[in-house]
Amino acid sequence: MTTAVEELEQTPVRHGLLRYGATKAGGALLSIAMVIVATFFLFRLLPGDPVRALAQGRNMTPEQLDLERARLGLDKSIPEQFLHFVGRTLRFDLGTSYEYKRPVLDLIGERIGSTLLLTGTALVLAVSLGLWQGARAGWKPGSKFDKVSTAISLVLWSVPTFWLGLLLLMVFAAGIGPIPGIFPTRGSSSVDKPDGFAGVLDVGQHMVLPCLTLVAVVYAQYLLVMRSSVIDEVGQDYITTARAKGLRDDDIRRKHAVPNALLPTVTLVFMRIGFVVGGAVTVEAIFSWPGLGQLFYEAIRVPDFTLMQGTFLLITVSVILMNTLADVVYHLLDPRVRSA
Amino acid sequence: MSNVTWVRRRRAIGRFWADFRTHRAGVVGLVILAVAVVLALLAPLFIDASVTNVVSGTGAKMAPPSLDDPLGTDESGRSVLLMIWWGSRTSLLIGFLAALLSMVIGTVLGIAAGHFRGRIGAVILRVTDWFLVLPSLVTALVLAAILGGSTATIIVAIGVTSWPSTARLIRAQTLAVEARPYIERSLALGAGHWHITTRHVLPNVAPLLLASTTLEVASAIVTESTLAFLGVSANKTSWGTMLRGSYDWGAATAGAWWYILVPGLCIVTVVMAFTLCGRALETVLNPRLRTRAHA
Repeated sequence: MTTAVEELEQTPVRHGLLRYGATKAGGALLSIAMVIVATFFLFRLLPGDPVRALAQGRNMTPEQLDLERARLGLDKSIPEQFLHFVGRTLRFDLGTSYEYKRPVLDLIGERIGSTLLLTGTALVLAVSLGLWQGARAGWKPGSKFDKVSTAISLVLWSVPTFWLGLLLLMVFAAGIGPIPGIFPTRGSSSVDKPDGFAGVLDVGQHMVLPCLTLVAVVYAQYLLVMRSSVIDEVGQDYITTARAKGLRDDDIRRKHAVPNALLPTVTLVFMRIGFVVGGAVTVEAIFSWPGLGQLFYEAIRVPDFTLMQGTFLLITVSVILMNTLADVVYHLLDPRVRSA
Repeated sequence: MSNVTWVRRRRAIGRFWADFRTHRAGVVGLVILAVAVVLALLAPLFIDASVTNVVSGTGAKMAPPSLDDPLGTDESGRSVLLMIWWGSRTSLLIGFLAALLSMVIGTVLGIAAGHFRGRIGAVILRVTDWFLVLPSLVTALVLAAILGGSTATIIVAIGVTSWPSTARLIRAQTLAVEARPYIERSLALGAGHWHITTRHVLPNVAPLLLASTTLEVASAIVTESTLAFLGVSANKTSWGTMLRGSYDWGAATAGAWWYILVPGLCIVTVVMAFTLCGRALETVLNPRLRTRAHA
């Protein structure tokens, strides 16, 4: 009997979820297609001869330039070039970097681990700190804790990421006045990196400052979102009921208000992953952290347009995928959205 | 426009100002902004672009603050104080124009997406959401790198990557306004798309737009300094290019704190002033926030 009832209740839900997932996946595919098309035309906006721009600063004979043009398929018509570009991109062939003379995909593969380590650690720290502080601040809006938290996030919101990085670099890496430089200024490990546990410590020491910068910049947002989300919950009837039952204030916050406020917040956190990516590029550039962000930054400095195009494609596509994932997970977790 | 309308508008502005004055932080922000803008506008009366000239630096290299150079000097002996003053013109100009561009794109597309239901609205919404997901700083970097880093390209790069949130906001507001009965009355009297959007929707979204523009200027200034720091802007002196210089010349390791601290503090002060001002405007002008604040 019960199974029949459960089935009746579950089937439409599961179907709804499948359809929802399919819609979202379709949307993501469309977005990715738009990114590929936009990238193609964006990089054709380069003023002047693309081959000259690509080979900037290098001495090349006209024959070499022609050869290069043929190799890149630039002697063909725009529609042909477009199809060629799409075909290569779909086969994950992102071209060869001019600066490194190596396939862009290989370069990305070498760097992606460092980036995931740095941003992953920073994200975990920023989310836990931001959500905790935001929940406490939102629970008693107008309290001293709330005022201090809001002021901190307002200041951090106004501070450019790179400037905060420069300050930390000046104070803790170079050392100023009586403060000695305690952290390394650049890279992700020492030249003579020891093995085993000491090696892990070495990387950890290199990661302190970049991680701190990234956390400081992104956590302020999470704090504010969580705060307003908790403030929304405080006025709800179920909180009053919980109070009337005589529950302790801390218990109401932790077991009733926070779980409900968490859902929209966590989604927003992942929706704004693009902001974190921008922060990561800046932080990696300042601390010479050998990750994807630094690779992208170097491509812009040179400028190495093939490398720029490849990293840009990879970054945007991953951000789109993260967003879609956040959407679907939210749908899975929140029964209110599911039934709608 | 009739006389009655003007009297009514003047009264509305008076009410708005009386309300805004009660927000201390907003007033402080407004005063800081006024000072910064006036200083930037008056700069050509006292100094000219030669203060940023590499060969005309008069002080010692990387000298700490002294009576001659109250805020120290940079790697070529140029006065940091004078460069900050002259550089404020570029930073503020780019901030204002980029925010303006972003607002114009956002408003036009936002109203269009809200007004034209059906296919046009859906397509605009789809494009907006696509832009919203793109990592804006990364996209702005690519745009600036491809188009070259002149002041105009930096403005375009920031404007083109920051409009989607405005468009979403304006679209929501447009939907709310168009649900009101007087729009139906207007339609019944034969009003066209142009009349409805410019005479009814636009005046209704304008207050929100003002608050949102103020906040947008703040983030445009931060983005400009970041783009300049990451090296995609031309050599025109701004607070961001000064910080780039401090990084390139190793001011951090040389202990030249004034070279790093001063331009950064200028950015933070101005950005914070815009943010405080924008938040106060939002509270005064957004009815939803107002009722919550009074409750």
